[in-house]
Amino acid sequence: MKKVEAIIKPFRLEEVKDALAQIGITGMTVSEVKGYGRQKGHSELYRGAEYVVDFLPKIKVELVVDDEQLEQVLDTITEAARTGKIGDGKIFVSGIEKVIRIRTGETGSEAI
Amino acid sequence: MEDFGYIVDTLFALFAMTLIVFMVPGFAMLEAGLVRTKNVTSVLTVNTMIYAVASMMFLLVGYELAFGSWENSGMSIYAAFLFQMAFVGKTVNIMSGGVSERVRILPIALFTVLMGGLIYPLVVNVSWGADLLAGTMLDLQMYDLAGSTVIHSTGGWALLAAIMIMGPRKGRYKDGKIHVIPASNIPLVVLGALLLWIGWFGFNGGSVGSIASKENADTVALTIMNTNTAGLAGALIAGIFMYLRYRKFDITMILNGALGGLVAITAGPDLYDTHTPIFIGAIGGALVVFAVPLFDKLKLDDPVGALSVHLVNGIWGTLAVGIFAAEPEAGITLLGQLKGIAVVAVFVFTVSYAAIYIINKFLPFRAGDDEQVEGLDVTECGLEAYPEFKRAF
Repeated sequence: MKKVEAIIKPFRLEEVKDALAQIGITGMTVSEVKGYGRQKGHSELYRGAEYVVDFLPKIKVELVVDDEQLEQVLDTITEAARTGKIGDGKIFVSGIEKVIRIRTGETGSEAI
Repeated sequence: MEDFGYIVDTLFALFAMTLIVFMVPGFAMLEAGLVRTKNVTSVLTVNTMIYAVASMMFLLVGYELAFGSWENSGMSIYAAFLFQMAFVGKTVNIMSGGVSERVRILPIALFTVLMGGLIYPLVVNVSWGADLLAGTMLDLQMYDLAGSTVIHSTGGWALLAAIMIMGPRKGRYKDGKIHVIPASNIPLVVLGALLLWIGWFGFNGGSVGSIASKENADTVALTIMNTNTAGLAGALIAGIFMYLRYRKFDITMILNGALGGLVAITAGPDLYDTHTPIFIGAIGGALVVFAVPLFDKLKLDDPVGALSVHLVNGIWGTLAVGIFAAEPEAGITLLGQLKGIAVVAVFVFTVSYAAIYIINKFLPFRAGDDEQVEGLDVTECGLEAYPEFKRAF
């Protein structure tokens, strides 16, 4: 099992969610996060003085998938989240030791 | 029916007083919106305490110090008192807003005792009241209907003294650079500013003093109309100037521009024809757009723009009477206006500076750096305005 963490632009969330549902992904967790990469922040104006906003709002999508579904999920997210402009985000993949469904106590792939 | 005028004027004073007291939540919401969330309870507490302390001091000593007695044949003495009392808190409101996010509650409350019981009543005494300077060289000939100088620049001078003694918020000016601290709640800023705007109709309209005749009713209506016009012009010109200069519409500056126009008209809204207030308010709004960055360059940290709105425009509004409505036969001259501005400035700034300096020795006005980092809500009030992390279920 792998955990996929995708940092995406907030307005792409609906597309990413729909595309993942299309390939049979049944759940995910999202959170509002802030961050920046190579695109850096932008400057804003307040009462006649400029200031730099370093951290831009992003959405973090987290989901755990079986190994055989991983590549398809990564392709789907990449395609759905891409705008072609700087700041589209990143996807991180890591290993998962154990998953437990709280309601039934099922573990492993059954619990995803 | 011989009581008719008495009754109508009493009602008029009570109505105007109610509108003016609506400026208390106006200042409170404006300031609550312009500061960071960690200081909101503290700002609101200061606003509430100031209203209570200043008004109570005015009841106990201030009103008699200002006017010599409670006598009034035109309306109920209680209504006359309440109308005057409604103004007192404003002078300190103006001042406390500019030192938001760092001022501690106890010392500012202590200064409010002096402001409501002594400093403001003395300014009123020599301008609208018993006039203890009558017959001396300093006798004021200034025309100031509702207090461009008596209230707005009085608060402004006290604020300047306070800012000079207290210094800026922690981290506001770093390595010679201006570090911007953005507002936390723009809808509250708009609510507060527009409440102030509405309150101004009582502030200026009520200051005409009587509505119980055809002529007076006309003067009151003209005064309120001119007040509104100056606010409109101030908002418009601030919006236009911000766009020309920065290509952005900053609502906080547009509202400051409106308030600047309102302060500027306050000295003589009953004297002008219906179109002069457009110029006076527009210049007031323009002054705000230039004064806000200027005070920042001087490292006078004013989170809400009170110096630009109240001090700069209090002076401009008082001068405007001398420029646009001078009537030497009625005793209104530019020189007389200038003298009024200068006498009040020297008196209020000196006394406030001395008082704040002395109080500051025993009870520091400025919260420590660590307290500012944590937020005054926690250290001063023990009650955060927004305790939940985002949305709590």
